[in-house]
Amino acid sequence: MTIALMYLKAFLVGGLICTFGELLVLKTKLSPARILVCYIVAGVLLSAVGLYGPIVSFAGAGATVPLTGFGHALCQGVIFSVQESGLIGAFTGGLAATAGGIAAAIFFGTLVALVFKPKAK
Amino acid sequence: MNKQRLHTDPTHYNQLTDRYSPPSDMKTCLLRSFWVGGLICTIGQGIMDIGIHFLDMSVRDAGSLCSIVLIFTTALLTGIGVFDKIGQYAGAGSFVPITGFANAVVSPALEFRREGLILGLGAKLFTIAGPVLVYGVGLSVIVGVIYALFIH
Repeated sequence: MTIALMYLKAFLVGGLICTFGELLVLKTKLSPARILVCYIVAGVLLSAVGLYGPIVSFAGAGATVPLTGFGHALCQGVIFSVQESGLIGAFTGGLAATAGGIAAAIFFGTLVALVFKPKAK
Repeated sequence: MNKQRLHTDPTHYNQLTDRYSPPSDMKTCLLRSFWVGGLICTIGQGIMDIGIHFLDMSVRDAGSLCSIVLIFTTALLTGIGVFDKIGQYAGAGSFVPITGFANAVVSPALEFRREGLILGLGAKLFTIAGPVLVYGVGLSVIVGVIYALFIH
């Protein structure tokens, strides 16, 4: 039952975060690339002031899978590394925490581009 | 024969495009991004739970696993041309989750591969996703420096 509830919360919160993005698309005509930048910046800032952590505890992947969660991971990685090793952690923590996603994007992106031909639009 | 069919008056033309374009009214768009975005996050929760409960991972590693699996799936779906269709249907529902970041990396890589492996594929890989990393990582360093100097 608690597991089902966790999935429901992930669905609802994740869905709402995406719906807000769609609202920005429709209302402001911002391009997706700009919205992604806004989302990651918002994620870092909300995480830094301690507002995003509670959303992650509440909704799990519903908060970590959207790009705001990527910003949250950057910010928490930096804070964790500063606690571990001081000022140098400000430079090492962010990319260390998000390395899996970035390396996967580079690796699988290259692989797919080598294997597949672009589809005619 | 074909030429004659092009001679249609503007109002008729507008009616035709309205009839054949996908519905783009606000409620439909929002609902579509809601359920697709929600579903992607729910799948992400499933991957995390598999990592934590079956593969004995820490929450942090399970989070990385979740990103990697979603990015791999998106890359594959982009390669076979399916992700573009999902994107057209779901809008922000598909590009706000990490799947959008992955698609933003794979699409230009596919597109510019014909311009060569180094200056095409290699250089254009982060054409769209680059700004996300620039501002995300840049801001996180600022946060880290402030935290190290004034709070820690």
